[in-house]
Amino acid sequence: MIAPGAAGGGAGGGGRATGGDPYPVGALPARLHADGIGWGVAGVRILVGVALTAEPGATVGLLGPNGSGKSSLLRLLAGLARPESGRVLLDDVAVGAIPRRALAQRIAVVTQQVATDVEMSALEVVLLGRTPYRPRLAGVGAADLDLARRALAEAGLAGFEQRRWSSLSGGERQRVDLARALVQEPDLLLLDEPTNHLDIRHQLELLRSLAESASTVVVTLHDLNLAAQYCDRLVLLHCGRVVAAGTPAEVLTTSRIEQVYQVRTDIDVTDDGRPRIWYRDHAT
Amino acid sequence: MSLPAARSPVPARGRRDSPPPTGFSRNGRYVLPLAVLLLLVTIAAAVSVGSADLPVDSVLRAVASHVGLPVQPLPALPDSIVWDLRLPRVLLAALVGAGLAVCGAVLQALTRNPLADPFLLGVSSGASTGAVAVLVLGIRIGAGPVDLTTGAFVGSMAAFGAVLLLAGRQAGEPTRIVLAGVAVSQLFSAVTSLIVISDAHTQDTRSVTFWLLGSLTAASWASVTLSAVVVAVGLLVCWAGASALDAFAFGTDTARSLGFSPGRTRLLLFTVTALMAAALVAASGAIGFVGLTVPHAVRFLFGSGHRTLLPACAVIGAIFLIWADTVARTVFSPQELPVGVLTALLGVPVFALVMRRRTGAP
Repeated sequence: MIAPGAAGGGAGGGGRATGGDPYPVGALPARLHADGIGWGVAGVRILVGVALTAEPGATVGLLGPNGSGKSSLLRLLAGLARPESGRVLLDDVAVGAIPRRALAQRIAVVTQQVATDVEMSALEVVLLGRTPYRPRLAGVGAADLDLARRALAEAGLAGFEQRRWSSLSGGERQRVDLARALVQEPDLLLLDEPTNHLDIRHQLELLRSLAESASTVVVTLHDLNLAAQYCDRLVLLHCGRVVAAGTPAEVLTTSRIEQVYQVRTDIDVTDDGRPRIWYRDHAT
Repeated sequence: MSLPAARSPVPARGRRDSPPPTGFSRNGRYVLPLAVLLLLVTIAAAVSVGSADLPVDSVLRAVASHVGLPVQPLPALPDSIVWDLRLPRVLLAALVGAGLAVCGAVLQALTRNPLADPFLLGVSSGASTGAVAVLVLGIRIGAGPVDLTTGAFVGSMAAFGAVLLLAGRQAGEPTRIVLAGVAVSQLFSAVTSLIVISDAHTQDTRSVTFWLLGSLTAASWASVTLSAVVVAVGLLVCWAGASALDAFAFGTDTARSLGFSPGRTRLLLFTVTALMAAALVAASGAIGFVGLTVPHAVRFLFGSGHRTLLPACAVIGAIFLIWADTVARTVFSPQELPVGVLTALLGVPVFALVMRRRTGAP
């Protein structure tokens, strides 16, 4: 389970190449670095002094209990909100200094779904991912259409092009939304609990495709074993602070899991050096 | 990336006859030109219908002679009926129907509220306040009295200004602007009542009814020209924002991550729709249910992708209001039914139908 593409380096947003093997097409994996991040809402501190680095092409898992600040951190990394303190750098350029449209060509975000009653076809939703590349009044070009169809097929939804969003199941929506993010050809892909609503097969497929993706990936996850299995590095948040960061084996220790989640565990190490967690009965 | 082979496209949760998997864009490609054709036929037919029946070929002849084609002109009276009375009225109906439907579709998308209509931002109550103020208080600018249309437009803009003021710095935020719109509408309705009651002589509330229910009787070539410009510009601006409107359906964060500036885009579109609605209300009063119902019906036919939805709303809204007005002016002839009564009578069943389908959706 090696993250490919790390050799590409963070060359910045040069020409968007098409063709070639790495998927998504046209992605030049970016280096993401954040430090000293502080953020709050209505006087409540949500994040304090958070630091995080994702090397080009790496898959970084963001872990932590409910309310630990994972989603907030993801929004700040995506440039959807500005941190009160600290900085977020994409290939050494502050995310806040990159114009929105240019940023949308480099960072794609998959949030937790809220919209249910949208009467757009799955293909139209995927095509939204091409809007950052399209002049305001231009129609959808043949190349965009082709890219969107391929992305849907890659997501295992080849026959779903004309299905209305409102008629899709939660898992299908999740996969359509991922296809939408991938046709954005992001250098950095940020996902907020993308395994929600997915059955176990699709969870595994999703995580494998993220690990193999050409883009740099930061993903919030709840399942510690899946995170350990597929992520290159993990960042564990607790009450808005980074408790641990490093390889899965460094981060996921019995004592730390008990400290953060109040759950007692036994941990094995698999052949490829990744931890495997066994949960003890919660009652103590 | 090695995702599995395509799964068969069997509806995963087909618990009822789900809508047929037709291509919306394809729908747009073939049905939209057809609808435009239907609109032209509708205009010709509606002009020929009335207390003095004129065959369609006479209508075409009258129009042809006025635009300078070498045809035999009609006699003076039928020519005047076509050119001075019916054609402006039918065209105004088309423009008002088109504009209100587009405003409704845009506002429903911006607020993510299926109940949003073109008068959401206080525009209609502002218009009646302005018109009544002119009528009762006899406001004058310079020599002549201000005409009612101007008064209504100024009133609408005052109301929308108040909405923006009340919404404050976060005017691009849908909930705030909707709440402000409700408050301002109430305020202006109260002011209208106050003005009407303050003047004992003008208890004749017919003009107030005009602004509340709407009517196309005041149609003229001047109002047609003005409305045409407003609707054309408004439609173009909204259409340029079509992808943004699509993205808003998935929330502010998604819209922003796709490169849009939600606050600024919303504020621009709120302003454009308010201007459109204000100009249309000034020309025809607040005709209800067109802006609320037509977008739902069109969404049902074409899907909610706004590149297709907005032009389709314009065409279908135009056809709908032309027929509604034609029935309104002919069915109890020579008495005329307020067109707003008819749009409500037709609109509510359509709305109920759409609502049933919505609640049935998973």
